[in-house]
Amino acid sequence: MTTQEPPTASELYTWRKGGRILLKALILFLALNVAFAVLTPLPLLGRLSWYNILVPGRERLPYGENLSRAYNLSLNSLEAMFASHEISQPKAPDEFRVLLVGDSATWGMLLPPADTLAAALNAAGYTTADGRRARFYNLGYPIMSLTKDLLLLDYALQYQPDLIVWLVTLESFPRDKQLFPPLVQRNPDRVRALIADYALDLDPGDPQLFTPDFWGQTIVGRRRDLADWLRLQMAGLLWGATGIDQDYPEAYTPRQEDFEEDRSFHQFAEPQPLTERELAFDVLRAGVARAGNVPVLLVNEPMFVSAGQNSDLRYNFFYPRWAYDAYRDLLRQRADAEGWLFLDLWGAIDMDQFTDSAVHYTPEGARQLAEALGPAIVNLMSQGGQP
Amino acid sequence: MTLTHVVVAAALSAVYGWLAPGRARGWILLILSLVAVYWLSPPLTIYYLDFLLPIFAIFLAILIWRLTLPPDRSIGRDDWIALGAAGLVILALSATRYLAPAFRPTPSRPPDVIPVAALLVTLGALAIGSWRLLGGRRGTLLGLIIAIIGLFIVLKTEPLAVALSSLLRSFSGQNPALARASDVAWMGFSYMAFRLIHILRDRQSGVLPSLSLREVLTYVLFFPAVTAGPIDRVERFSRDYRALPEMRGLDARRFAQGGLRIAVGIFKKFVVADTLALVALNAVNAGQFTTPGAGWWMLYAYAFRLYFDFGGYTDIAIGLGILYGIWLPENFNRPYLKPNLAAFWQSWHMTLSNWVRFYVFSPFSRWLLTRKPPLAPYLVVFASQMATMIIIGLWHGVSWTFLIWGIWHGAGLFIHKVWSDRTRHWYLGLREKPRLKQAWTVAGTAITFQYVVLGWVWFALPDVQTAWAVFLKLFGAGR
Repeated sequence: MTTQEPPTASELYTWRKGGRILLKALILFLALNVAFAVLTPLPLLGRLSWYNILVPGRERLPYGENLSRAYNLSLNSLEAMFASHEISQPKAPDEFRVLLVGDSATWGMLLPPADTLAAALNAAGYTTADGRRARFYNLGYPIMSLTKDLLLLDYALQYQPDLIVWLVTLESFPRDKQLFPPLVQRNPDRVRALIADYALDLDPGDPQLFTPDFWGQTIVGRRRDLADWLRLQMAGLLWGATGIDQDYPEAYTPRQEDFEEDRSFHQFAEPQPLTERELAFDVLRAGVARAGNVPVLLVNEPMFVSAGQNSDLRYNFFYPRWAYDAYRDLLRQRADAEGWLFLDLWGAIDMDQFTDSAVHYTPEGARQLAEALGPAIVNLMSQGGQP
Repeated sequence: MTLTHVVVAAALSAVYGWLAPGRARGWILLILSLVAVYWLSPPLTIYYLDFLLPIFAIFLAILIWRLTLPPDRSIGRDDWIALGAAGLVILALSATRYLAPAFRPTPSRPPDVIPVAALLVTLGALAIGSWRLLGGRRGTLLGLIIAIIGLFIVLKTEPLAVALSSLLRSFSGQNPALARASDVAWMGFSYMAFRLIHILRDRQSGVLPSLSLREVLTYVLFFPAVTAGPIDRVERFSRDYRALPEMRGLDARRFAQGGLRIAVGIFKKFVVADTLALVALNAVNAGQFTTPGAGWWMLYAYAFRLYFDFGGYTDIAIGLGILYGIWLPENFNRPYLKPNLAAFWQSWHMTLSNWVRFYVFSPFSRWLLTRKPPLAPYLVVFASQMATMIIIGLWHGVSWTFLIWGIWHGAGLFIHKVWSDRTRHWYLGLREKPRLKQAWTVAGTAITFQYVVLGWVWFALPDVQTAWAVFLKLFGAGR
């Protein structure tokens, strides 16, 4: 029996062998990418999360632009966003689950999680007649667009809500705002399904709706989504360690109080009647319909009313008086006609409680809004969540 | 070094291996290193400083090469060509000011060719004057060492760096009130300074081999190692450098080893370390964690992030070096798996600790041992270890936190020395009891790791107050 000589360095490393390894690696890389594009595992991956297991679930949906300070980031995967939220925990038998849907005001811009509207409502400790505790979930998401709200509401229905409170403001209604949020653009299939199911007056072929080709579905094409998923998981560790989910500036520029002599609102330079053609009431109607048996309480959210220069023309940075007045009339009429549960709380918060924008408020503002909302919610709860 | 830098440098190595004739390889490495020192530099806010600092680095290397030339060695044709090449590269780079930013290898728009040429002539005259005046004199080399250390201290001490920035801003007509220490962040100077001091010290001790200007310039500025080491020894470097003409251009073994090393380095740095950086302890989150447990895992994340970041860079540097035919020394050898602190320091940033052991610990302890009256042996060990670790600490930056970090490790090494001396017989007896010995090694590794990790608190945080507050919070005290 002879012992085999170990291979020499020149036998171990040859260009032929290196070429074979590279070729195999290339084939494997291509195969993995093709498999990824065919299987589209991103939604499944999005549901994989250590939130609510290893680290606490987030009290609001992930959103942020400065990961290293906010321990939070904006991403486009609804699965990952909701998996990181405390709402994805199983519903307790004694829980009356209330979802708050809305914009950055509901999400709680500049507010720690403990000072948002959801936290203020939770602090009120409402219970139903049959002893179920009301638990409010913050599903607000910055960027004003009813379609974005509808997308989130549609997804959130799988979490068995008993009541939905949908806080809206005029800036969410214009047609040009509907497909504007990246979250809407990057979830084109869901948005197109909603357009088709509820005959929304939106173009399903709008180029803003991102439609990846085959290569855009590969690992290379979806590397940003994969990285975002990983970053969300990592950020969860710091969220769990610090309870911080937003980059709080030491100082902020207060909401604007003085304005130019300007009556314009979106495409309208001068006052004119607003109709459903310009404002997306069909999306609001779709939301209520989509909720089915779950009651939806529509709330016209509070806003800042300026007393500064040209405040006779404009209420605030967003709205000229004519447009906002017309919108309130229209919303009221539509709610009456459709039988929607509706509350107009546009003036529910003291003017000195608004912070950096005409809709963002202080913790005290959140408390005042919660107080104004409370009776309607209690009333709905006393009916067992039925209108 | 960014991923783009790594990929471009690795791709160039294939062209270098394939097309470069053997005799040209050393020259190509010199020119690549001269260009890369600009290409890798970050942009600085003071006008043209990011162009001038590399010139000063090149000037310093040339000056030191000339002053360390053996008396019987004259400047040869090769040296003159290297000098000319360095000047031409600098002039060519300044001429790129007329190109679009995408085609400029400099971090910002370089100054005009004429003033750069005038500066080079002035520096040349200064160099000639220096070596005519100082060449061969006693004390010149020591003076240069002190000057480099002085410059190092200025750049690494925040108030002094701010003062320097303020002065430079006044010269450049910029607002001195906006001066920041980062204005004078001289890319790779920490490593360059230690390489230059190594040349000067070896010349003083008479062990420096005769080196060409080309070798010294390439050694000091060798582009894979210019930003983050390792700190090679010049005689080892020149061995590889001189063997470049005989190297096989397209050697599968070299490309496989270098490529694999770079791939591992990229994974460590850009995947593992950069991911851990998201959750690692830092100045912002140090005051935000709410439970000791959270603080501990943030600290562990920092410890591993630091290791994978630095280790990854080292792998990339070694891999790139291999591709170009220079086998740089290792810098890490599983440091977190060492059973004691002495072993840790023989495996963490090894080229730095070897450098300091060689040029600080050994001469200093020899000096202490020869003092009259003689000092107690433990006192010698204590003072030498403390001095060594304090210098390693301050090398990272002249600040209280780095000083405390150095003392932390100096104290740890001394305690380990005393402990191992006292338990030596007992430990030798463990040879008969392999299980107990294994358990002892595991316990030693865990204690060493924990000690090193706690030490990172001083290293990671910018001031003593924050670091102390974190220390207390880790043990459930403080707020």
